[in-house]
Amino acid sequence: MNADSLIILIYILVLASYLGFELINKVPPTLHTPLMSGSNAISGITIVGALIACNELGYGTLSKWLGMLALILATINVVGGYAVTDRMLKMFKKK
Amino acid sequence: MSTLIQVAYLISSILFILGIKKLGKTKSAREGNLYSAVGMLIAIAATLYTVNILSFVEIFICILIGGAIGLYVSQKVEMTKIPEMVALFNGFGGLASFSVALSDYFLKTQEISTYPDSVNSVSIIVSVLIGGVTFTGSMIAFMKLDGKISGSPITFKGQHPINLILLIAFIIAGVLTFMNPGDPIFMIALIVISLLLGILTVIPIGGADMPVVISLLNSYSGMAACATGFILNNNVLIVAGSLVGASGIILTQIMCKAMNRSLTNVLLGGFGQTVSGPAADGPQIVVKEIGVEETAMLFDSASSVIVVPGYGMAVAQAQHVIRELMEQCEKRNIDFKFAIHPVAGRMPGHMNVLLAEANISYDKLIEMEAINDEFPNTDLVFVVGANDVVNPAARTNPQSPIYGMPILNADKAKTVIVSKRSMGKGYAGIENELFGYPNCLMLFGDAKQTITKVVSEMKEM
Repeated sequence: MNADSLIILIYILVLASYLGFELINKVPPTLHTPLMSGSNAISGITIVGALIACNELGYGTLSKWLGMLALILATINVVGGYAVTDRMLKMFKKK
Repeated sequence: MSTLIQVAYLISSILFILGIKKLGKTKSAREGNLYSAVGMLIAIAATLYTVNILSFVEIFICILIGGAIGLYVSQKVEMTKIPEMVALFNGFGGLASFSVALSDYFLKTQEISTYPDSVNSVSIIVSVLIGGVTFTGSMIAFMKLDGKISGSPITFKGQHPINLILLIAFIIAGVLTFMNPGDPIFMIALIVISLLLGILTVIPIGGADMPVVISLLNSYSGMAACATGFILNNNVLIVAGSLVGASGIILTQIMCKAMNRSLTNVLLGGFGQTVSGPAADGPQIVVKEIGVEETAMLFDSASSVIVVPGYGMAVAQAQHVIRELMEQCEKRNIDFKFAIHPVAGRMPGHMNVLLAEANISYDKLIEMEAINDEFPNTDLVFVVGANDVVNPAARTNPQSPIYGMPILNADKAKTVIVSKRSMGKGYAGIENELFGYPNCLMLFGDAKQTITKVVSEMKEM
């Protein structure tokens, strides 16, 4: 990777973190648990990396198996995280 | 990478951001979660479309297995067990990033023998560290929450020096890996050290501090994804990872502030151990007991009631019967509210979810700052399974380990009834002065059983 693309990635990191701080500061305490399980699901974005890692032919390589492990775990996070957050948010009602 | 996939990643990043924004309001929260899920779907679809799928079968099987487990857990988990589930999922996220980093490392060094460049090496090393610590740390947090290992702090002599030595060893092994990327020996050392560090940093932390630890590990799992983004030169991983990282850090800060502790103080651990000595020497607290019938009568004659729920309510599964109590009170036009302390329960916002599950409207749940002035004008405060968050020692006793922690001023109400299993101490292991106050009455017994009896008494009145 050259220096230019690294700088761009750092730009993205800094701006996205700042945006994250601004957005999440406003979340009321009532929603902290769903926020956490929802962000659990978002951290499952590693699934993109896992898909790339497990896309190799043959079963002889360690990196393939690690990729498959990562894919299973990241999918648990994504599916489980979104589903449980939705289940929780369904319960929040105002009468 | 083609433009198409970049555009797709951009769209999913925007959806993640919008999703989190909408998650900040109760009305739009469900929609926000859906936005973010669609963003994830787009990212997955775009990735699958662009990489020439060489191993469709494996990918399909892995997604099927992971999806089935995720769906099963998410539907079966009880709301009281959400902290355990979040801890477990944090760990899975950490392990996934850890595995992706290692997979990339072994692919480059073992199979195609093109050494990773310097940015790549550093990213892999950082990813292994954060991912490894997140994984084992979360597993320990999960086992503590689930009672598989003791929730009390586990400390031993030389704990902090050992952690420091491990960290230095990690840096040395990291530099060696950086200089000899082809030699897996150093990478294996990095793996072992990072896994050990995760265990050693979480075991000294006590059960009462779990909300802080879970929030912090949540943040780590995001940072791990972020580091993986640097390995793969992938923008969407960095955006999503930093959003999660930021979210976890903010929740960690909120939890620390609510306990009047610094993050360092929490992480060094051992809280609640050293305090049992002097506290036990203090004057014995004399409490007054109250029975079920009198409790029902007090509720009947009150005109305003505030319930202070704590983790004990979750353990006793008393939230549903408290809703019945609320219905009885509302029938009598009694003002009925809940006061929620930020660290009540085992994770941020845990009480709100439990009460929402019991079908209690969220506008009845009032935050600490908003409700604290109302206690002096309240007839009856009902404390269910909470302890340290209503201990007036936090205001009055500079010797108390919780001195300075913001608490709910329950003691200022006309009458306080405390539903408690026995005279045991709170998680911080200290006596609660409130129980000896003249306006405080103890209702001993299992919260669910006693409150059920109170409700049936009230029905007959």
